[in-house]
Amino acid sequence: MDLHFGDSKPSDEERAAVDALLGPPESSWEGADRSDADLRWARGGREARARRDLLLPGLHAVNDRIGWISEGALTYLCRRLTVPPAEAYGVATFYAMFSVKPRPATVLHVCTDLACMVAGAPELCEGVESRLGPGSGVSVERGPCLGLCERAPAALAVRAGDPVRTAVAAPATVERAVLAAGAPGSAAGEPPAARALPQAGDPSLVLLGRVGVVDPADLDDYRAHGGYTALRRAFALGPAGVVREVTDSGLVGRGGAAFPTGRKWQATASRPETPHYLVCNADESEPGTFKDRVVMEGDPYALVEAMTVAGYAIGAHRGYLYLRGEYPRALRRMEHAIGQARARGLLGDDVLGQGYAFDIEIRRGAGAYICGEETALFNSIEGYRGEPRSKPPFPVERGLFGGPTAENNVETLVNVLPVLTMGAQAYAAIGTPGSTGPKLYCVSGSVARPGVYELPFGAALGELLELAGVREGLRAVLLGGAAGGFVRPDELDVPLTFEGTREAGTTLGSGVVMAFDGTVPLPRLLLRIAAFFRDESCGQCVPCRVGTVRQEEALHRIAERTGAAAADDVALLRGVGRAMRDASICGLGQTAWNAVESAIDRLGAYE
Amino acid sequence: MTAIPLGTPRRLLEFTLDGEPVRAPEGSTVLDACRSAGKDVPTLCQGDTLTPKNACRVCVVEVEGARTLVAACSREAEEGMRVRTDTERARHSRRIVLELLASSVDLSTTPRVAEWIEEYGAEPDRFGPDAARVDEEPRIDNTLYVRDYGKCILCYKCVDACGGQWQNSFAISVSGRGFDARIAVEHDAPLTDSACVYCGNCIEVCPTGALSFRSEFDMREAGTWDESAQTATTTVCAYCGVGCNLTLHVQDNEIVKVTSPHDNPVTHGNLCIKGRFGYQHVQNRD
Ligand code: SF4
Ligand code: SF4
Ligand code: SF4
Ligand code: FES
Ligand code: FES
Repeated sequence: MDLHFGDSKPSDEERAAVDALLGPPESSWEGADRSDADLRWARGGREARARRDLLLPGLHAVNDRIGWISEGALTYLCRRLTVPPAEAYGVATFYAMFSVKPRPATVLHVCTDLACMVAGAPELCEGVESRLGPGSGVSVERGPCLGLCERAPAALAVRAGDPVRTAVAAPATVERAVLAAGAPGSAAGEPPAARALPQAGDPSLVLLGRVGVVDPADLDDYRAHGGYTALRRAFALGPAGVVREVTDSGLVGRGGAAFPTGRKWQATASRPETPHYLVCNADESEPGTFKDRVVMEGDPYALVEAMTVAGYAIGAHRGYLYLRGEYPRALRRMEHAIGQARARGLLGDDVLGQGYAFDIEIRRGAGAYICGEETALFNSIEGYRGEPRSKPPFPVERGLFGGPTAENNVETLVNVLPVLTMGAQAYAAIGTPGSTGPKLYCVSGSVARPGVYELPFGAALGELLELAGVREGLRAVLLGGAAGGFVRPDELDVPLTFEGTREAGTTLGSGVVMAFDGTVPLPRLLLRIAAFFRDESCGQCVPCRVGTVRQEEALHRIAERTGAAAADDVALLRGVGRAMRDASICGLGQTAWNAVESAIDRLGAYE
Repeated sequence: MTAIPLGTPRRLLEFTLDGEPVRAPEGSTVLDACRSAGKDVPTLCQGDTLTPKNACRVCVVEVEGARTLVAACSREAEEGMRVRTDTERARHSRRIVLELLASSVDLSTTPRVAEWIEEYGAEPDRFGPDAARVDEEPRIDNTLYVRDYGKCILCYKCVDACGGQWQNSFAISVSGRGFDARIAVEHDAPLTDSACVYCGNCIEVCPTGALSFRSEFDMREAGTWDESAQTATTTVCAYCGVGCNLTLHVQDNEIVKVTSPHDNPVTHGNLCIKGRFGYQHVQNRD
């Protein structure tokens, strides 16, 4: 590979940002000044290419320091990592949090997604934009869900610099958002994670029991509250024993696909190729989801322990935690927890003195919903565009860096702790025979007490809404997020289990429950959902890339129409929706029409 | 891919295609099997010299037991598989895909697409006159070839031919995302500022005419491009010792473009700048 880098030069600041991540360059091949030795020495090939997975961290480093990524900075980064500049440009332009055009050092991300829309996001945006006009040094960017839906409306300020500063305003008023953008370093702190738990203090909580009880920064406190008993049990059982327990527990993935976790681990563990990888998907970007954030902010060591157990079970020595770019506090807490665990021998070459080596690397996402798709996530970590790969081959055969990989989301992994501490039988006794264990729900929208709820599988939707204090005049409930579907107020007896929701013709998805009263017209919600998919499509396949655009256009046309006047466009939506579901490469395109379809069929949206 | 079959014979798999039992060598795709059984499955992003990206989804077929349709060009045939190529479900998706493409880009120079639009009853106009289109001006920034992304279906073939599958120049990639995704060089600069080496291998694989010889582009603009009046003669490139095959396309006694046979075991359709573009001296009659 004879790469051509062009001659744009980085500024000193940009160079410093990259060097802080990668260390100083060793030769002129990497962008240092040319020395005599360089004339007789070439660097490249396999060794150099192997660093491509530092592309995303490198882009973050520049974006964090400067606020955007210039030609010179990108070129320098490419030189350091031996990445073709055209490909790096393709990667940089893939993520919403990066800009390749100059922009102010401070960016205020204002959420315009469903829960925030209901809570006044449009007024908030207008207010903020008129206060922070052009000369303010702040770029206001309207965007999808920030995962703060229990405190909607929400805004996140990011000020580039060394160090980068962030501030969250939620619930945001114009005042508070402007303040956060004006001085992210000194803005008021966020409330503790436990404030997102309306059930805090309930002794029956299995997954959330420690949130708000332990100090998230204190490893000893975690141990004093039962931490690391699951890992000890795992070592006592051996890898095969752990896989057996997890299989017997009936645990299935909580991300939406509901695949049996034990089977996935077994399939990964038994592959002859090495190395094996563990990937924790902490990129929850489904609009309306924030449970993984609350777990990571409130009980970070639990995730560290659970990842170690999983890594041990599948024979991996490296785990990647792919964390949403919009979660600065969760990032800080996880970084701290991983550092502490490493310092205390709970990660590293010899975990707990058991001769097992395992470590965790954090990778920050950069604003791309599609990277929650497991194979897109691998591409993202590897330094490619976050485009899903086609399956087969499945990740358990060929996943991250081509190795056998088990990918689980945060909620799935933390369930492994009670499986091991209480035993598979006791765990399986929770919930229903088809859906075992406890389940987390993210409740937001028109309810009195939005937040993360934990209930054993099998509770009815109505019971959950009762707990959350559903308001008068309920019009619809969106179950499973933008990729899920709407149910009617007279369907609240659907049991919250995988089989129960399936029977009722809907889906539990990732556990999103968004309640809407009649104050926001349904067509507006649907337009927002359609805009979301159009915006988040990776663009790889035609049904999704163009289909999501045509869907949004049709919904615009019928926003004000019903009955016969809407019939043509409804038929068009059905035709396009069916092809998106059938012919798209990945789940994003396949589900992009779910919510709209359910609104038409179950709620009679355009009748 | 090679003209002369080499290597050990492969095991034959048995499966059913539209109800008929068929046999195909292990490792072949469903599309290979369809083609050897004489079935015409439409394809756009599949190319005979490349591993397809399976992005266009026009080749979808129904595989029993699969939740969604399956891209025939990329799915390996498996023992016992039951494939149906012509169900209502598969035809529906193909029709919609053709409508989506034809309503968003200019397919006027895409071979066979008009025929498929007819066959599948696609009506691209039904999305209305305001349907969003990829309206891009042709990029004419060098003397050798033109990039007209208003015709691009994002099949990724040029990216793969320029990158790891053939040329290893990595001069082009996909940038942006969703409907805004485009083929671009670094920083979206002119081609002349990029890593492009002008081998033209991307033009060779482009299925839509989005990438074309400057000569062809100019003649089309002038209305003088006439494929029926052209002859194609395959000969050997005389520039260097590699000895690539060149196919000279001649109209009115002038070479109008140069391609290379895809079944040539040495080049697989690829050339370098000299073989592809260095033909002017032949017709320099001053
Ligand atoms: S379905 Fe959408 S997101 Fe998924 S691969 Fe296709 S274009 Fe990308
Ligand atoms: S320019 Fe041609 S080869 Fe490249 S992606 Fe577009 S249609 Fe495909
Ligand atoms: S096309 Fe290029 S490589 Fe091939 S024979 Fe001609 S000069 Fe040599
Ligand atoms: S933070 Fe706004 S909808 Fe989730
Ligand atoms: S030809 Fe198979 S997906 Fe494009």
